[in-house]
Amino acid sequence: MAFEEVCPDRIDLIHKNYRKLCNLLIDVEEWGQVVIINMLTRYARTQFLNPNINESLLEDSSEKAFYASDDEEDEDKKTEAAALAKRKPYVMDPDHRLLLRNTKPLLQSRNAAVVMAVAQLYFHLAPKAEVGIIAKALVRLMRSHSEVQYVVLQNVATMTIKRRGMFEPYLKSFYIRSTDPTQIKILKLEVLTNLANETNISTILREFQTYIKSMDKDFVAASIQAIGRCATNIGEVRDTCLNGLVQLLSNRDELVVAESVVVIKKLLQMQPEQHSDIIKHMAKLIDNIQVPMARASILWLIGEYCEHVPKIAPDVLRKMAKTFTNEEDIVKLQIINLAAKLYLTNSKQTKLLTQYVLNLAKYDQNYDIRDRARFIRQLIVPTDKSGALSKYAKKLFLALKPAPVLESPFKDRDHFQLGSLSHLLNAKAGGYQELPDWPESAPDPSVRNVEVIRLLERVTTLTSIPDWSKCTSRKDRKEKKVDKPFYSDSEGESGPTESADSESDSGSGSESASASDESGSGSESEESGEETESEDEEEDEEKEKKRKKHLDKTKAKKPAEESAESEQSSGTEDRKRGRKAVKNQKSASESESESESSESEDESEEESEEESESDTDIRKKKTPVSKQPPKQSKKESKKEKQEMSLLDLDDFEPAPTSAPVTPVNFLSSSLVSDLEGLSLTDTILAPTTIAPSGLIKLYELLHRITGEGLAVEYCFSRQPFSPDPNMVAVQIQFTNNTNSETKNLHIKEPRLQSGMRIREFAEIEVLAAGESVTVVMGIDFCDSTQAANFQLCTHTRKFFASIQPPVGELMTPVFLTENDFKKEQGKLMGMNEISEKLTLGEKCVNEHVIVERVTATANLSRVPCGSDKECRFAGKTVSSGCLVLVTVATKEGGRAQLTVNCEKMVIGTMLVKDIMQALSQ
Amino acid sequence: MIHSLFLINNAGDLFLEKHWKSVISRSVCDYFFEAREKAVEPDNVPPVIRTPHHYLINIYREKIFFVSVIQTEVPPLFVIEFLHRVAETFQDYFGECSETTIKDNVVIVYELLEEMLDNGFPLATESNILKELIRPPTILRSMVNTITGSSNVGETLPTGQLSNIPWRRAGVKYTNNEAYFDVVEEIDAILDKSGTTVFAEIQGVIDACVKLSGMPDLTLSFMNPRLLDDVSFHPCVRYKRWESERVISFIPPDGNFQLMSYHISAQNLVAIPIYVKQNISFFETGSSGRLDITVGPKQTMGKTVECLVVTVHMPKVVLSANLSATQGTYNYDPVTKILLWDIGKLNPQKLPNLKGSLSLQSGAPKPEENPSLNIDLKIQQLAISGLKVNRLDMYGEKYKPFKGVKYVTKAGKFQVRT
Repeated sequence: MAFEEVCPDRIDLIHKNYRKLCNLLIDVEEWGQVVIINMLTRYARTQFLNPNINESLLEDSSEKAFYASDDEEDEDKKTEAAALAKRKPYVMDPDHRLLLRNTKPLLQSRNAAVVMAVAQLYFHLAPKAEVGIIAKALVRLMRSHSEVQYVVLQNVATMTIKRRGMFEPYLKSFYIRSTDPTQIKILKLEVLTNLANETNISTILREFQTYIKSMDKDFVAASIQAIGRCATNIGEVRDTCLNGLVQLLSNRDELVVAESVVVIKKLLQMQPEQHSDIIKHMAKLIDNIQVPMARASILWLIGEYCEHVPKIAPDVLRKMAKTFTNEEDIVKLQIINLAAKLYLTNSKQTKLLTQYVLNLAKYDQNYDIRDRARFIRQLIVPTDKSGALSKYAKKLFLALKPAPVLESPFKDRDHFQLGSLSHLLNAKAGGYQELPDWPESAPDPSVRNVEVIRLLERVTTLTSIPDWSKCTSRKDRKEKKVDKPFYSDSEGESGPTESADSESDSGSGSESASASDESGSGSESEESGEETESEDEEEDEEKEKKRKKHLDKTKAKKPAEESAESEQSSGTEDRKRGRKAVKNQKSASESESESESSESEDESEEESEEESESDTDIRKKKTPVSKQPPKQSKKESKKEKQEMSLLDLDDFEPAPTSAPVTPVNFLSSSLVSDLEGLSLTDTILAPTTIAPSGLIKLYELLHRITGEGLAVEYCFSRQPFSPDPNMVAVQIQFTNNTNSETKNLHIKEPRLQSGMRIREFAEIEVLAAGESVTVVMGIDFCDSTQAANFQLCTHTRKFFASIQPPVGELMTPVFLTENDFKKEQGKLMGMNEISEKLTLGEKCVNEHVIVERVTATANLSRVPCGSDKECRFAGKTVSSGCLVLVTVATKEGGRAQLTVNCEKMVIGTMLVKDIMQALSQ
Repeated sequence: MIHSLFLINNAGDLFLEKHWKSVISRSVCDYFFEAREKAVEPDNVPPVIRTPHHYLINIYREKIFFVSVIQTEVPPLFVIEFLHRVAETFQDYFGECSETTIKDNVVIVYELLEEMLDNGFPLATESNILKELIRPPTILRSMVNTITGSSNVGETLPTGQLSNIPWRRAGVKYTNNEAYFDVVEEIDAILDKSGTTVFAEIQGVIDACVKLSGMPDLTLSFMNPRLLDDVSFHPCVRYKRWESERVISFIPPDGNFQLMSYHISAQNLVAIPIYVKQNISFFETGSSGRLDITVGPKQTMGKTVECLVVTVHMPKVVLSANLSATQGTYNYDPVTKILLWDIGKLNPQKLPNLKGSLSLQSGAPKPEENPSLNIDLKIQQLAISGLKVNRLDMYGEKYKPFKGVKYVTKAGKFQVRT
């Protein structure tokens, strides 16, 4: 409720709590339920796709399918198949489904407000097939107090316009009792009218017939109008209705007759030809009926169809002329109208009468009538001055008029959220929150992004980073991403607790998490592993010095696999790639050959001496220690460069046990020896620290189709960027797949967030057909995951491209001793510490895998640790140099505790998510 | 949300007001009075009235209008439901919810309102919690309070409020542990002139009176749960078990409460326990009419129909009725134009009949519509739908409770068109 009162627009605050809210909903007290459901309705409207639109969502639904497959293993096959099919069916977001499922039992609440809230939620959010279930509950509410009935009927009336089928089985529940209050009767009538169709019209009309005999005259009038509406809507019964209404004309009650006349007039307008006798009959009525509206209607009818009743019309005009002065204004206007029309069709008989009427009108008290009379006189009576218009007078007056459409007053109400006060009043009430429209299908990326983020936050799945980097508008997402932790803090909820909840969600299957599970796990997360608190004061200074040294040295980085992919790539290929990347992560040793082969499928395998030379140059820069022979690389195609270098490093690093799974950070051999000399007391760890990173993930910057033959891929090489240590090195590889040369490859017009900088690579003069070249550029991301946008220019074209770093790439490894680590950790407690519980994935069987996973996710180095239950990692952010400390403490039964200490909470939270995801796969 | 509450009696006197946020002038009720006047019948007052600055949401109960003032968007049902809850609480506390009882217990009323709504948001609406906070008045206690000057407000926070079963207080103790369930079914039906059923359905409730010590966990199962089309439960009932096993599993609140309500729709054949033969006609001339009503049993499953009452809302022109009844008494109120025939027990051997003439206002045209009959009846020991409670099991406590189930069928909105 506070949310609604304080900041109902801030949908973004709900993201983190969404699942928690859904699961706890049933246990919340009923008043809270109403507010939460209403809020979630609006939230869901912004976050999910319209379940009732199947087409046009191809792009999105394919993404969706991917996520769904992540969430539910058993759905995997289905969604995969769906993804393969060219037209993908709509797959409902699991969170959307969760909301619907968790609210459904609340339809059985004893509180009418809750039932109504759920009903409106289903009406606004559920797929068509499922909306039906609310009808039963709403019909039940009809038994309640008359005030409740009133509100419910208003809403039902709106619903019946859109979804008639829903209430059809309950038609009889809307039958009217003579004891109902009038307002309820009229609403029920409205619902019955909306429900009428060809099959049930006869029963409904029979009902209406009894209603007409009611003592409640307002209700009778409404019934007659309802009959009229049924007659216009359903062609088959039009004559029956008309006959019934004509019979009513002989009713003794004047109100009934008047109402019938008005309705008949509307009906006759649809097909006047066959009904001249009805018009005649009505002409006779004019003597008796006193209700002005009815008289006016009759006069209009006669005027309009005076050709059908040529004998009667002038007579009626004669009678009316006599009583003109005593008539009501609307009747007077119609008399003038009739006179004018008759004058035009039958001027011989009516000329004088018309003159007379117009003269009377000229001196009427009402200026509308005077004006009308003047206007008509000028139009129809030919004078010397009469303008061009009088020629067209007949056309003007006797034009074919479109028949009126009798519409329900509830027709346009559904743009208000059902069940709201505004809906009831059909006017915006103060503080009403507009129900947002569904997000525009495919091209509304910011909404999608938010949702994707939310998914990432909650679901510890194997959603790999390249997938969400597909989103086109990086900016939005990034803002959201960066903002969120702050918002939640300001709400007074600590980061750890929240994410712990989300974790427990996913732990229990992310879908079927029962509410009780949920509440239980919330508290668990509070205890964070802080056992490592001992500090060594004596050696403080000495170590500080050492550490600094390390810091300087370890700025040298090694390539890693995580980076972002370009948006231009087509969906399926992306996915394939994503999968590949995931695979890579999973099986470090085997992946090399696998990815090699799969990589080579896509790309050409042409070689050139020149390029491989340049490759080796780069490689030398990257891995100064590797003594790999250049000829080895020459044999490989350049695209496999990363894998290549890994192979080489493996060769170079013979330690068989630790090599394939050891951490990423790369240190020069001299540095290693330095370290050994200085602080590496734990000798076992020494070799592992130099082990190379397992895999480097390639991201697509420009697909060769969108790039018109120019394919661009990039990776975060995890190398230090020598010209500027505050920049992240991005290695970019251009491949020319065309038959002609591409010239002058360079970067132009970088659009960056404030503070961000780009060090461009030197312009590539010529890229021959079928060749590729690799360059390194530096980007200072300012420790944020915001994208760097720029234009990639060739001599002929420009391509927009953007590079977005995963959070793990924003840091460089730092070497710390155990004591240093503890000391630094001690400084980064409280707000700066984020601790999460997680369940390790099946493959995280031993320490090696954990180390590998963590270092694959983030560019960190391992810190020696005495306990074999704990893995520690250290790094610092590239631009500001803030320390990032990661601890993974494994426990019994595949459970683990992840602690991240970082001064930058944003970085910390994002890192926690990424690592958790990597570990729980 | 809810700013203020005004209680207005049938005569239009504002006799109680309560403000939660800021004081809103009574003059806001003028809009209500205006609408009230326009509506003629109190039933016809629109529940939501729009005024330039506020919205008035009102309910009409027990001849009192509960008018709440709100300023911003809020689901109207939320307010309506809350107002009904307030009225029910008053009824629960004072036995009935009328102007006199509210005036007699004005202190408690204010205390209750203060507890139920906190800055306009509903807070404690569970009667069990309220009763611990504010003790219901008894003669003895009000005497003591008058003498000592103490109040009815409890000193301690209710135990249930902070637990996960807010409807039950802890530490309940009874010497006789008993649980009674009343299955009450009401038949809603419309019969047409010839006696055929236009529409019929059954609305049922299960009222419970549970006086059990400790924290009992009860499970109620039915012989034929598939009968129930649509159900709604007290919050204590576990939805999940109902959905999976069709049993009602719950930790009951202490005392009286409505466990569930259900609905058996027209699709299933609904037995109509009686038939009515009627003939009401008005003559074209002579400003008189004739009335002849006979009631007989139809499908009563061998039980007797009791408390049979026929109510006829006569047209306005009927001045008086000169009738004779073979059984029971009749009464015609010329002001409200209601003819009430109280038959009592229906005797299948000798069918009750009401016959006689009606005299109309002279000169007035004959009414077009024949009045419809509303029927009220009661059948003991029968649930007309055939619903049967199978068993009640208790877990969580050692003692053996005394259990009882009672069935009653009543006529709900039972109407015969003529």
